[in-house]
Amino acid sequence: MNHTMTTAKIEADPTVPIIRITRDFQATPEQLFQAHTDPELFARWVGPHGMTTTLVRWDASTGGSWRYLAARNGTEFGFHGCFHEVRPDRIVQTFTWEGDPDGVALETLTFEDLGEGRTRLHAQSLSDSFESRDAWLRSGMEVGVDQGYAKLDSLLADGQIAGTTQGALA
Amino acid sequence: MSDPLSQVFAALADPTRRELVAQLTDGDATVGRLAAPYRISVQAISKQLKVLEQAGLVSRGAEGHRSPVHLEAEVFDLMTKWIERYQQRAEARYRRLDAVLAEMDDDEAGHRPAREETA
Repeated sequence: MNHTMTTAKIEADPTVPIIRITRDFQATPEQLFQAHTDPELFARWVGPHGMTTTLVRWDASTGGSWRYLAARNGTEFGFHGCFHEVRPDRIVQTFTWEGDPDGVALETLTFEDLGEGRTRLHAQSLSDSFESRDAWLRSGMEVGVDQGYAKLDSLLADGQIAGTTQGALA
Repeated sequence: MSDPLSQVFAALADPTRRELVAQLTDGDATVGRLAAPYRISVQAISKQLKVLEQAGLVSRGAEGHRSPVHLEAEVFDLMTKWIERYQQRAEARYRRLDAVLAEMDDDEAGHRPAREETA
């Protein structure tokens, strides 16, 4: 099973407080790495939508640290963390939302070369509790309009709910 | 692991329980009818249903075994909405990344602007 993942696939692990995202990009691993480490490029896409991102601190190297502010209508949200490891195929970093300063997630990004100028991003976020993992899943629920529910069948069929198997990634 | 969403995830981690849920999307069914397609006992199915029941995914009438099992669809709706919304936000972020990557491609195809090496 190796279908393309041109839209983000989300798995919430039932046994550990992890969220996994898989997404394919029309880019080389080098380009994807650059878009994650170059401050100017990163600020352009990290979002969220409608927010201006200002990088306050940015040292995307092993042992470095980062902090950015996302602002909308005068409200600012701060995020910070450390780069535990930065290398061309892998970035490991901590992530704290300053609204919950005691909470910290460990994020692991890997760039898998699919050949022909395509790369699969694997992003894994390990929260420090199920409560905070599920708060991340819930966050953003208050914004936006009700868009109707996805069919239960498809949710079950492609394993989005119960991400115990790695089948979709293999 | 006491929060509802985690219980739901845990309950759905098992393939048999997922199949039971899928069966119940067609409508309420008795334990006997749910057990019919499987080579396992009604007791074993009952045990799996108990896990789903504790997670709030299904409910049963007072008469226990004989009363039909009912899927609590709103629990799924809630969870589906959470994951869907999260997925949408992630996808929106990666569409912006797509655009940035496409521009990088253009830069490389034409003249590559001298960008300072960072980090």
